[in-house]
Amino acid sequence: MPELKDLLEKRILVLDGAMGTMLQRYRFSEADYRGERFRDWPQPLQGNNDLLSLTQPAALAEVHRAYLEAGADILETNTFSATSVGMADYGLQDYVHEINEAAARIAREEADAATARNPEKPRFVAGSIGPTNKTASMSPDVNDPGYRAISFDELRIAYREQVIGLLDGGVDLLLVETVFDTLNAKAALFAIEEVRAERQLDTPVMVSGTITDASGRTLSGQTAEAFLISVSHIPMLTIGLNCALGASQLVPHLEVLAARAEVGVSAHPNAGLPNAFGEYDQDPQQMAAQIREYLEKGLVNIVGGCCGTTPEHIRALADLVKDYPPRPVPDWTAAAPKIATR
Amino acid sequence: MERTPRYLKLAGLEPLVVTPESNFVNVGERTNVAGSRKFLRLIKEGNFEEALEVARDQVEGGAQIIDVNMDDGLIDGKTAMVSFLNLMLAEPDIARVPVMIDSSKWEIIEAGLQVVQGKCVVNSISLKEGEAVFLEQARKIRLYGAAVIVMAFDETGQADNYQRRIEIAERSYRLLTEKAGFPPEDIIFDLNIFPVATGMEEHRRNALDFIEATSWVREHLPHCSVSGGVSNVSFSFRGNTPVREAMHSAFLYHAIRAGMNMGIVNPTLLEVYDDIPKELLDHVEDVLLDRRDDATERLLEYAETVQGTQKERKTDLSWREAPLQERITRALVKGIDQFIEEDVEEARQAAGRPIEVIEGHLMTGMNVVGDLFGSGKMFLPQVVKSARVMKKAVAYLTPFIEEARAAEPGSNRAAGKVLMATVKGDVHDIGKNIVSVVLACNNYEIIDLGVMVPPERIIERAREEQVDIIGLSGLITPSLDEMVFLAKEMERQGFQVPLLIGGATTSKAHTAVKIDPQYSASVVHVNDASRAVTVVGDLLQERHSDNYKKAIKLDYESFREKFLQRGKAREYLSLEAARANRLVLDFGPETIKIPRRLGIQVLDTIDLRKLEPFIDWSPFFRSWDLHGKFPDILEDPVVGQQASGLYGDARKMLRKIIRDKSLTAKAVFGLFPAASTGRDDIEITGTDNHPYVFRTLRQQSLKKAGVPNRALSDYIAPAASGIQDYMGCFCVTAGLGTQELAQGYQDRLDDYNSILVKALADRLAEAAAEYLHREVRVLHWGYAPGETLDNAALIREAYKGIRPAPGYPACPDHLEKETIWEVLDVENAIGVRLTESLAMWPAASVSGYYFAHPEARYFGLGKIARDQLEDYAERKGIPLEVAEKWLQPNLAEVTALVR
Repeated sequence: MPELKDLLEKRILVLDGAMGTMLQRYRFSEADYRGERFRDWPQPLQGNNDLLSLTQPAALAEVHRAYLEAGADILETNTFSATSVGMADYGLQDYVHEINEAAARIAREEADAATARNPEKPRFVAGSIGPTNKTASMSPDVNDPGYRAISFDELRIAYREQVIGLLDGGVDLLLVETVFDTLNAKAALFAIEEVRAERQLDTPVMVSGTITDASGRTLSGQTAEAFLISVSHIPMLTIGLNCALGASQLVPHLEVLAARAEVGVSAHPNAGLPNAFGEYDQDPQQMAAQIREYLEKGLVNIVGGCCGTTPEHIRALADLVKDYPPRPVPDWTAAAPKIATR
Repeated sequence: MERTPRYLKLAGLEPLVVTPESNFVNVGERTNVAGSRKFLRLIKEGNFEEALEVARDQVEGGAQIIDVNMDDGLIDGKTAMVSFLNLMLAEPDIARVPVMIDSSKWEIIEAGLQVVQGKCVVNSISLKEGEAVFLEQARKIRLYGAAVIVMAFDETGQADNYQRRIEIAERSYRLLTEKAGFPPEDIIFDLNIFPVATGMEEHRRNALDFIEATSWVREHLPHCSVSGGVSNVSFSFRGNTPVREAMHSAFLYHAIRAGMNMGIVNPTLLEVYDDIPKELLDHVEDVLLDRRDDATERLLEYAETVQGTQKERKTDLSWREAPLQERITRALVKGIDQFIEEDVEEARQAAGRPIEVIEGHLMTGMNVVGDLFGSGKMFLPQVVKSARVMKKAVAYLTPFIEEARAAEPGSNRAAGKVLMATVKGDVHDIGKNIVSVVLACNNYEIIDLGVMVPPERIIERAREEQVDIIGLSGLITPSLDEMVFLAKEMERQGFQVPLLIGGATTSKAHTAVKIDPQYSASVVHVNDASRAVTVVGDLLQERHSDNYKKAIKLDYESFREKFLQRGKAREYLSLEAARANRLVLDFGPETIKIPRRLGIQVLDTIDLRKLEPFIDWSPFFRSWDLHGKFPDILEDPVVGQQASGLYGDARKMLRKIIRDKSLTAKAVFGLFPAASTGRDDIEITGTDNHPYVFRTLRQQSLKKAGVPNRALSDYIAPAASGIQDYMGCFCVTAGLGTQELAQGYQDRLDDYNSILVKALADRLAEAAAEYLHREVRVLHWGYAPGETLDNAALIREAYKGIRPAPGYPACPDHLEKETIWEVLDVENAIGVRLTESLAMWPAASVSGYYFAHPEARYFGLGKIARDQLEDYAERKGIPLEVAEKWLQPNLAEVTALVR
């Protein structure tokens, strides 16, 4: 079976689409979120999508399958908020390891089954690591700019726990995504490096930032190039951008990354910008038409979808990328010393 | 295995990439408790706010990295480091550059690393405590993602000679790259800069060893950088500024050539290498490069002779030793007002009559300024600074002159008297003030009547003062008519005084076609300050001025004829035909978005800091006669240096304005249901369902097939379509407080800063309009919620929707401002009022409409024919003559209508 590295040399790989958008379709009730196991949990649990890995594993597997059938090469685990920081809202800090491990296993099984069905198209699992709901380098209080709601060490320890859970569940790579505060990402990368060293692993890492608005900067104020420089100390498979904006709006910032990065470049934009009701209504063809610009300009190695994207969007992307060569990368081995596959 | 070159890359909010082409990277060191007594005091007092200003000053002063050091016995270094960094990183204008975390204590360094999102520099680590500690710290630093300064220090002590420096550097480098996995480009060596000329034999090679070790390191240890604290080298000469400055410059010159690419240099203790006197340079280099055995003794001896008078003054004050005239000339050329009064006093005592100081010393100096300005070696901002010095000198002399005049009447005679005024109804005076200043520098007496000056006052004062020239200025189109009126009046009253016409809307064409025929004496259009001097000179010189005046008259006459001929060739559509060729747009849910909130909103104070990023600087430079696009203009080979200086002053002033809140920005805007009519009107429903009508004008020039004749009403869905559409209108001002602030400077005879304030207020008003438009697009109307445009794109107007302003090309009729004022109750809401010419007061204000249709574009109305004028007067219900007066500039001369 070919390795991830070999595949990336040959073609553009496709990451899956939104998990939340798909889970919404199940319209799970509070009772569904709780399942049997958390029936008597003292706090409300509805909306805690990460918990569904424990309480609704079948639905999760179904979403993963839909993305695999649509042609995704890489699945993201359902663990975007599964750190002790995110789970504290529900009092579920003690379940962080279990949630991450379970989520990774569900994706792993589906990916392996798909690979077994078609060994020519091997599938991979990326452990999704979100930004948490706190920022380490910005104050949430405008009247006290020196205040910080969370420290680097608190984040590092929380991320460490998540990373261990994901690795125990069998992910192939780790995806630090939706980075709106680079210091949070640096804490995650610090934790990943520590765990990689302890376990003697060289699990590849993808890092994906978020340009939040018209300023062309991350929420914490960095330009795309400053962001790239600030996370480049850790060997990365790819650097990229996701969320907040639609595909077209990402182009100028992806161009910066593509011109500067010595590693791969990824992008998984939203399905356009939200309408007045907060819904994403860009259809698969519209999104694919915008992604085509990335391909024609040779900007990316991995594309996928973020908020509002569905298996139909991913199918459109998978069809599209076949016709284009990947962005050339000088040396994939340097980007990810030894890329593990199963 | 070389792939792409490996450069030291650092980041704050913005990147800093150090390439071989980069200039020397300057590290700001004032935020260092060990290096700055002031900073230490502020930190001890817990006055972080002022401490932040120290950091900000450094960034604005050009520091590319900010060194922060809290190592002091009486400070909790770890807490101070974290608190200060957290506050500093919350200031985008400081946080834009990378941080250097400077401490001898690892726990302080690590605490700092944990709060910085960008890629910073650790200053420093070394082999002092052995390999294990060194490697452990290096590994941690790599995990935190920082570059590192490595001191040339090992278990046995600090490297103090060439051999030890390169041995320790090489050993550190190998350990870092081979054992700690440290990227070589992230290693910066501090090879210890030690003092020279200490009198100790073993210190003789201190500078040379550093320079040679730098060469060796850059050659043998690939990709790394070399840094150091430069002021150490001249430690022995503390108190002797000239020698220290020379020493720093000479040392840097050689060290940079050897490969030192970063360091801490106090920019106020630096001389330009080429400007170091040859003899001093020789003595200094003898010491630095250890060229003679007696170098130190010789320099010490020589240093006695160049001992500076003041210890902390940066400036070389040797010019103060020069003869009086040279000193005065230099003060004027360089714009230094520090000593002018004492010099003028000296001149006065030597002169027979005080007026001779002006006619002699000062004019000699100003002639040099004038020559330099004329030959392009000085630029307007400098000249205005020269004028500031001149004014101060004259103010000092005035009481003496008056005293002398009382004793001996009929003596004073200036080169000529010029009356300057901004005409009735107009409030814009930046250009007028610049011309006044430049003329004043050339010994013309200026009678400045200010702004909004009624014609009868101009005439009255001109007569009273027996002026030689009258200069009229105006920026808005109704001012053109005022100028025509004044010319007619002057002709009627038999004036012969030449008339100068200037200001943004004036043109040679308008002057030639409309003003010149009304006045039999000279009328000259002058639109830049440097030309004003020659024109006035030519007009007033005794012998040839008649020829000059005749030549001007002839020139304007032939220009007029050509212009009118060109006008004849133009054909226009009838209004009916133009309306039939209107722009037809799609109106529907794709193009019309219901504003999130209808009605009027007032922004009572807009934080000026928010406006700063929206400033379009290019017009700012234009107002100073410096032409070019920002920021390229700062690098321009001709005006770059001037532009940079001006820009520095402007940023400083802006910062002061922001800090003192001396200007206030306010805005009022409203979004309303709207429908267009078949007669180019837009009907809106204001608050309380009160109806209002905006009258728009339609292009009538003959278009190519397929090109529509536009009117702004085309951008709004017709009432007949039954589709509900919307539009907005607004007024912003940043001018509240300008008058007081500018007057304050003027009272101190400081025209430079007075003009600067006004020019900045104008920029802030435009920035406020741009800012508000974005807020409206993204938030209040919300038709472009996800817009991503940087400032350059905003200036290019790359966004959706437009904000045309009455008085500008798409809607040149100023009268519509009255409707905006009514709809929004502007004067009560934010205090901006309209003058009788419908200029906005304060001047730094912008008003206009908002159109959101994606196809809405700016256009120029061009000329319109009489049929539209009549139609407009009828629609608006005003007498034809009134309409004609206001639309005069847009009326076509010839109306051969095509139907």
